[in-house]
Amino acid sequence: MKKPEAAFFSRVLMMGNEAAAEGAIRAGCQCYFGYPITPQNELTAYMAKHMPERGRVFIQAESEVAAISMVFGASVAGARAMTSSSSPGISLKQEGISYMAGCQLPAVIINVQRGGPGLGSIDPSQGDYFQATKGGGHGDYHIIVLAPASAQEMHDMTMQAFILADQYRIPVMILADGRVGQMMEPVRLYEDSPPPAPPKPWALTGAKGRPPQYIRSLFMEERALEKHNYELQACYRQITATEIKAEETETGDCEWLIAAWGTCARISKGVVQKARAQGIKAGLVRPITLWPFPHERLARLARRSQVKALLVVEMNCGQMLEDVRLAVNGAAPVRFSGYPGGRVPTETDVLNALIELTKTNHHGKVEQPAV
Amino acid sequence: MKTPTSGYQRPASLTDAAMHYCAGCGHSSVHKLLAEVLDELEIRERTVGVAPVGCAVFAYFYFKCDISEAAHGRAAAVATGIKRALPDRIVFSYQGDGDLAAIGLTETVHAANRGEPITVIFINNTVYGMTGGQMAPTTLAGQITATSPTGRNPATMGCPIRMCELLNTLEQPYYIERVALDGHGGMVATKKALLTAFQTQVSGKGYSFVEVLSPCPTHFRCSPQDSLKFVGQKMAAQFPVRIFRKEGVPVHA
Repeated sequence: MKKPEAAFFSRVLMMGNEAAAEGAIRAGCQCYFGYPITPQNELTAYMAKHMPERGRVFIQAESEVAAISMVFGASVAGARAMTSSSSPGISLKQEGISYMAGCQLPAVIINVQRGGPGLGSIDPSQGDYFQATKGGGHGDYHIIVLAPASAQEMHDMTMQAFILADQYRIPVMILADGRVGQMMEPVRLYEDSPPPAPPKPWALTGAKGRPPQYIRSLFMEERALEKHNYELQACYRQITATEIKAEETETGDCEWLIAAWGTCARISKGVVQKARAQGIKAGLVRPITLWPFPHERLARLARRSQVKALLVVEMNCGQMLEDVRLAVNGAAPVRFSGYPGGRVPTETDVLNALIELTKTNHHGKVEQPAV
Repeated sequence: MKTPTSGYQRPASLTDAAMHYCAGCGHSSVHKLLAEVLDELEIRERTVGVAPVGCAVFAYFYFKCDISEAAHGRAAAVATGIKRALPDRIVFSYQGDGDLAAIGLTETVHAANRGEPITVIFINNTVYGMTGGQMAPTTLAGQITATSPTGRNPATMGCPIRMCELLNTLEQPYYIERVALDGHGGMVATKKALLTAFQTQVSGKGYSFVEVLSPCPTHFRCSPQDSLKFVGQKMAAQFPVRIFRKEGVPVHA
């Protein structure tokens, strides 16, 4: 990922939701379209106040479906556009996300996840991992998915999302959760001018001085859709080759490797220190891009001879778990500690799960339990 | 404004592509009239259209202006996004009855309610044409379609929705008119309505909406001539042909 030439100065206390909104504004987001849903309402309210002040577009749409369609339109016109919502609302936006993937339109979508399925709860959850990383809408596509774990990262990753979206002409999702969105923390705000957008010769701005052009995802001509899908896949391969990002903590000599993302990764960082204080050589690998997923990094870590087992920690019933298992491919046992009820685990919860794992280990191998 | 040239010729805003529409279909006629309006107002190079899902889904092959696709029913929301991002461009959506009055009713009503300064062209031919002639929200009572094989029964299937009347209850729209493409007179009236709608947008006045009662001989299951009669008589009886909103003020029948 290319970093914007950042100059950070002011440090302010902000909610994650507001930090993301301010990140979008400072990234040069020209159009925002939202619809109320908890726990992301502060983001929409922040945009309602600050976008019109800057002469930019804010609309409270009539539905999430309309909001994402407005994003589609603004992106068609070449503008940097964003919407935000929470899980049930993100389900509604999948239509527009699929169309934007098909039309190769850049956009930023923030999902401040809440519990599900259905109306679920308004508590934090990581239940939308599958939806975000495996397509979500219909058709053969991916979007880039970034997982922040702090208000600072809400700010920084939202900015990054606009850069990536423009660079690859792809929707980018910030997969946050209610905890990250609602938490107040000091945030260093990006204080440079917005990262420049690349030229968008494909945008529909009126056919002045050039032939008319159109944007579509419908390809009825002989084999045209096949060709189009191969083009999309080529773009995904390029993203996979260059944009995978993961963070490692104490993995050098670790025997017990925790894999976690977002809020659970942040909690697990503390768990690693606590475990080491007790003589358990724990480490953490935290995928930052959930798609593309750091499969190779996971595989490399799992294959190290001293690694006895992995513990995947998520606020769901085991979603990234499947990607970790695919990556590890039997090189080490993989166990799971899940919190699917909207409850955020404490460090003690995760530490106990880790201690349990070390106890059940015999002869360097851990039996694969059912999830 | 450019004076129309005498004699019959292809408008400059239409491409040379052979249209896929059935013989006697109203779409090709409305396309031609719309292209003439873009020519006469000299706005082709600053116009961005939004094509629907339905029979006019390939509209981008036929107009010499920029055109975007939209998901089924979302054209008014997509047009809103384009217009808000580029306020000095002319933005129109072109939609059928299923797209605009069924799946896209919400987007249609709320774009009108916000008074988005876009032009919405609504082709009402009482059927879903592209998918094989199913019942539409505007299908007449008793009308036989693929999904109302014994005729639309209002008791269980509802009555045809009158979109102009519905939108006319809102305060923000500036211009609303319904015309019937039922012959030469209908062509002239449709052209005039389209011209007024685009003039409304060019002069920055606000939201404009033109409903065109349009023939679909294929799914009316009759000849092109008889389909014009269906439009002018049966459809016009259900959907009064008149101006509903002029210069922001409701016009009473």
